[in-house]
Amino acid sequence: MTGAPEPFPGEHLLRDLAPQVLGAVIRRFGDFSAAEDAVQEALIAAARQWPLEGVPDNPRGWLIHVAARRMTDHIRAELARRRREAFVVMQAPPEQQLAPAADEAAALDQDDTLILLFMCCHPALSRSSAIALTLRAVGGLTTAEIAGAFLVPEATMAQRISRAKQRVRSSGVAFRLPGSDERVERLGALLHVLYLIFNEGYATSSGPELQRTDLSNEAIRLARLVRNQMPDDGEVAGLLALMLLTDARRQARTGLEGELIPLAQQDRSLWNREAIAEGVALVTWALSRGSIGTYQLQAAIAAVHDESPRAEDTDWPQILALYGLLERMSENPMVTLNHAIALAMVQGPEAGLRRLETLDTDPRLAGHHRLDAVRAHLLEMAGDRDGAIAHYLEAAARTASIPERNYLNTRAARLRT
Amino acid sequence: MKYMLMMHASGAGWKNAGIGTWPPEDIRAHIAFMKRFAEDLHRSGDLVAAEGLAGPEEAKIVRARAGGVPEITDGPFAESKEFLAGYWIVDVDSPDQAYAIAARASAAPGRGGVPINIPIEVREVMSAPPPEM
Repeated sequence: MTGAPEPFPGEHLLRDLAPQVLGAVIRRFGDFSAAEDAVQEALIAAARQWPLEGVPDNPRGWLIHVAARRMTDHIRAELARRRREAFVVMQAPPEQQLAPAADEAAALDQDDTLILLFMCCHPALSRSSAIALTLRAVGGLTTAEIAGAFLVPEATMAQRISRAKQRVRSSGVAFRLPGSDERVERLGALLHVLYLIFNEGYATSSGPELQRTDLSNEAIRLARLVRNQMPDDGEVAGLLALMLLTDARRQARTGLEGELIPLAQQDRSLWNREAIAEGVALVTWALSRGSIGTYQLQAAIAAVHDESPRAEDTDWPQILALYGLLERMSENPMVTLNHAIALAMVQGPEAGLRRLETLDTDPRLAGHHRLDAVRAHLLEMAGDRDGAIAHYLEAAARTASIPERNYLNTRAARLRT
Repeated sequence: MKYMLMMHASGAGWKNAGIGTWPPEDIRAHIAFMKRFAEDLHRSGDLVAAEGLAGPEEAKIVRARAGGVPEITDGPFAESKEFLAGYWIVDVDSPDQAYAIAARASAAPGRGGVPINIPIEVREVMSAPPPEM
């Protein structure tokens, strides 16, 4: 049989092993950029050979061995090049850089995966670079798969990844866990990258279609991985809970034609009960620990929605209180927008509209379509039909999302009839 | 976020005041700049697509007639003020990055190496909404 390898039982195994193998190779050879290339080649070799020849007895050892051989070749070529260029400074001779023993203790592997994640989500990298590098080095996705997910040419993504690796190399980040002094900041950056990957998959930032499920699932998988490594961290649990509780509504979020269905009108029987149960348990555990963070609060809000059997049963006073807490913890005007909606649901639309007025002068929201969309929604609640239509249309003209524009235009059209 | 950067050339300048009237060395410098600009965009991992368009003289306007049959007329018309000369699509983290790239393109060297400061229209490519709506 020829052609592209078909999915085989070892596929998920490969993805799980990718960061462990990369960690082992970096420990051995030290060069992140070259090691990443070598591991990617080993993964591709495995994806070709294993379906035909069967998964080896020690798949991790096999991958490390193949990657290390590639590294040795790379170093030999590099040394030869340097000799040709008459450089006298020599690195360790390649004989000393043989493949590590295949049965090397696996104890370090778990740490390695976390170290890699911290490395790929380093604050020195741009957002899009960190995302791409994380998906490749930790997620084990190929460049083509990542390019496909972000709807850019493969050559573009290859450049982005190669740039990111150069950046990691030049910033001189050591291959170890960040110390306690910078741990909080670095973890924040790491969780933000995972959150962005999830959103990219859930919302699909490019193209007319909603929801690219692969990226959401990948983000959830990576968040689980971090949770396994840091089981005591409330924000890690909070982020995983937020992803699960949001993803649970995936099936209900769009109609037959791909049109958006707002939360209040979703068919809740389509929500994923299992994901909700897991998310609720996680956020309950996290909140009980007392060190509250923004992911936990967002997850708690999602949980209140997810646990309401019908939209009209929603516990809005609780959501209002949670948004109040969130507002105090974050400087994000989008939180205030949501706070205004909750306020309208509890105290009536006029209270919500008054809250919105405080945002009119916020430069971060100036001309933002969400402000118009929320105002339109509250004006509709208040019975001001013309005002609602005007703001729905204004929001539709400003949004950069096709499904959202369709939704807003339809909403205005419904009020006109 | 993706942005389309559109370079508009004036209808009048397309033939009479355009690049064809520059000295050869200025044309060469302009072409070299554009080539380097495209290579830089590619190397930075920002470039999604870029194309230059053939001149408006050969352009046609197509409308569907009954039954979907194409009706073809010449156009756009000579009196049009501006024509799309080419575009880039870039994938960047912020609008400011897209504006910076557009400004670089706008500053392409013209006659005597003086920046042409041609207007570049920057438009966001439509995408999906944020998860909470």
